[in-house]
Amino acid sequence: MSCFWNEKEETMSRHEMELLQSYRLIEMVRRIYNNVPFYKQKFDEAGIKPEDIRGIEDLSKLPFTYKQDIRDNYPYGLFCAPLEDVVRIHASSGTTGKQTVVGYTQKDINDWSDCVARALYSIGTRKNDFVHVSYGYGLFTGGLGLHYGAERMGAITIPVSTGNTKRQVQIFQDFGSSIICCTPSYALYIAETMEEMGVDKSALSLKAGFFGAEPWTEQMREEIERRLGIKARDIYGLSEISGPGVAFECIEGKGMHINEDFFIPEIIDPDTGEVLPEGSWGELVFTTVTKECIPLLRYRTRDISCLTYEKCECGRTLVRMKKPSGRTDDMLIIRGINVFPSQIESVLLELGYATPYYQLIVDRKGNLDTLEVDVEMTNEMFSDEVKGLESVEAEIKRALDSTLNISAKVKLVEPKSLPRVEGKAKRVIDNRKA
Amino acid sequence: MTIKQISIFVQNKQGRLAEIIDILGKNNINICALSIADTTDFGILRVIVDEPDKAEQVLKEAGLAVTITSVIAVGIDDNPGGLAKPLHILSAKSVTIEYVYAFVSKSDHKAYVIIKVDDKDKAIEALIANNVPVMKHEELNRWL
Repeated sequence: MSCFWNEKEETMSRHEMELLQSYRLIEMVRRIYNNVPFYKQKFDEAGIKPEDIRGIEDLSKLPFTYKQDIRDNYPYGLFCAPLEDVVRIHASSGTTGKQTVVGYTQKDINDWSDCVARALYSIGTRKNDFVHVSYGYGLFTGGLGLHYGAERMGAITIPVSTGNTKRQVQIFQDFGSSIICCTPSYALYIAETMEEMGVDKSALSLKAGFFGAEPWTEQMREEIERRLGIKARDIYGLSEISGPGVAFECIEGKGMHINEDFFIPEIIDPDTGEVLPEGSWGELVFTTVTKECIPLLRYRTRDISCLTYEKCECGRTLVRMKKPSGRTDDMLIIRGINVFPSQIESVLLELGYATPYYQLIVDRKGNLDTLEVDVEMTNEMFSDEVKGLESVEAEIKRALDSTLNISAKVKLVEPKSLPRVEGKAKRVIDNRKA
Repeated sequence: MTIKQISIFVQNKQGRLAEIIDILGKNNINICALSIADTTDFGILRVIVDEPDKAEQVLKEAGLAVTITSVIAVGIDDNPGGLAKPLHILSAKSVTIEYVYAFVSKSDHKAYVIIKVDDKDKAIEALIANNVPVMKHEELNRWL
């Protein structure tokens, strides 16, 4: 039996893939030039004609699209298809400014469902699996995205949505859920509830799950795998591009395969916009060549990642992206080096200081930028001796220095002494801007 | 033969020590002995109290990082050379001393030292063998 949902597309050679991408790109560029005034104006201003684009080698000539462009054209200004062809609307809740609205034609929904079906298939889901979807259903793409993908591949789809956690566990037991899809933090909450209810994971049919829509670490993966007794895999997506399933980890769990026949990825320098070579970390950019309703040219995701075109052990040739290390929005530049708060969090978690609260204080002394990392003491870290605490500080400092490539001062502070904003910690104080 | 010492992580901040000591006072916990180890950024407050378990609980409830450590309390002669005796005994047995602090008892006006060592069993055995009085936790009340 095949291990692929779309074997041809998932295993094609680089040459075949580039031909397919080029063909689709040329068609898409003509379509948006003729149907989206916003893009026509951008092309005209930049002096580019649709016929100048003869293949993916010309991709870098095209203008970027930013989240703000979607907001500025709220709600339907960037739609390329007539409204009579649109069958669905999703929107992402903007914490600042307007919501980002996206639309889908029936073909867009079918393509998106294929992307999710590929993902589900790659972790071992088959037609007689019960796919338990605990993502929220609604304007958010998580719930419906996984739902349509699971149905598309013929699995038995259980639209549980989020919340009522005891009932989730009851459904595990009674319906025989075998694949679980939700946010990683909710997975841990379900595991906790299961333990409180005295439900033994080995009595359940769960075998694998997709977890996404929020950043998570290798430590969380191990914890989810251990406590639910499953393989936990990452699924990546954003509503502007389609939703979950833009990229997915196969069962090998070594990077996320991008469905690049639909979404052409590039890694660029976030400051200069220059395309970076394979293996470099930079901002991930997508061109959605098959989208009918809201095709986007070189959309800036603000996620920092890195690509590899090496063939995966699973047999897929689809390019893989690394788990995003952070967002360009959070990036700090300290002594010319890019630093992400998430890197510091990973270091602390790797050292075994579970769910640490920390704060970064960036300052400038003379002409030199300084970085201080304040870490809240926990009872586990606390030692009665000065040398014990100094060795904790030194251990954190060593790990930070080698990860960040800049020297940081580490300071241990009392538990609960760092400021929290509505339950979340305030991570960065940059005194250089003052 | 050891007694329980409470250690508390204290950030170097004006008024912080007073706030922590207040928590003990408000809970009617009496401090018998105290010392502070200080560095540039933080200190470790070490106290011997009449009710160590209760102290640990109330301090943790106040959100502090707290730990209980076993230390040895020995009585010494309050005259020149008095402290040297137990220290020489430990050194002869290759016991490493992490820290020491001393106080005088209210009741018998004797001097006591609190010693944290790397190997407390070996230390206690050597001290007893050399007739140095080692306090039991139950004897704490005598100091108050």
